[in-house]
Amino acid sequence: MTLAVDIASWLCLVAGALFCLSGGIGMIRFPDVYARSHAAGVIDTGGAYLILAGLALQAGFSLVTVKLVLIGLLLFFTSPTATHALVKAALAGGLEPLCRELGADETAEMADEAAP
Amino acid sequence: MRLVGLYLALFAFWLLMSGHYEPLIVGFGVASCAATVYIARRKDFVDYATLSWYVKPTLPLYWLWLLGQILKSNLDVAKRCVLPGARIDPCIFRAPANQDTGVGVATYANSITLTPGTVSLQTWDHEIRVHALTRHGARDILGGEMDGRICRVEGPSKTGNGGGP
Repeated sequence: MTLAVDIASWLCLVAGALFCLSGGIGMIRFPDVYARSHAAGVIDTGGAYLILAGLALQAGFSLVTVKLVLIGLLLFFTSPTATHALVKAALAGGLEPLCRELGADETAEMADEAAP
Repeated sequence: MRLVGLYLALFAFWLLMSGHYEPLIVGFGVASCAATVYIARRKDFVDYATLSWYVKPTLPLYWLWLLGQILKSNLDVAKRCVLPGARIDPCIFRAPANQDTGVGVATYANSITLTPGTVSLQTWDHEIRVHALTRHGARDILGGEMDGRICRVEGPSKTGNGGGP
């Protein structure tokens, strides 16, 4: 049983570390702030949650796990707010995104394609 | 009554965080929670609209669904970060937000940002401007599944605009 928990815990930790690493690589490779914010999103969602889950499995049912869950909830609420503030500040600062804005006709077409 | 609830929630949080149960230390906790509730009341911090949103029974179910979406798009974006042949095709678009309350639109905008591959740039009352890493991600948002799920959590429309982004 402890072996199974250990294996699950290490799988979470390694997967989380890989997400953090690929997010870091993406932040270097992507062309502009807006695209890089997506790579940062990989770090503060997948990477962070998986590492917290792995640590919670190591801690078992204890006060430490409660604190880890609360850290996860804190990230769940604050990280999108921070990312949104960042890209909004970039827009307000006049940094032009390296991409096109889709028109209403294109978005309507895409919505139709996506609908089942 | 709500202040009592706030006090109890704060004190439970304090007990969980401290892990110390000596009378002196717990006394400090009692005093600091009382001071916090007093300040919250004076500054009118107690946001009932947001509070009522977070006791909705369907919200945890939505969070579970959202976690699944986050994991899925994490895999996709992580692949595009590292694989040499992977391409990105960013675009900006406006997505409709059909929620009635400010808290609902804020939840939608935050969910879009939490999902890697899409970030909300600006929000209005019933529209969100989104930057997407791929056309595929844009299509997922425009399909309106996430929008509809948040509307269902929000429930039938009520008057008044509680909270706000």
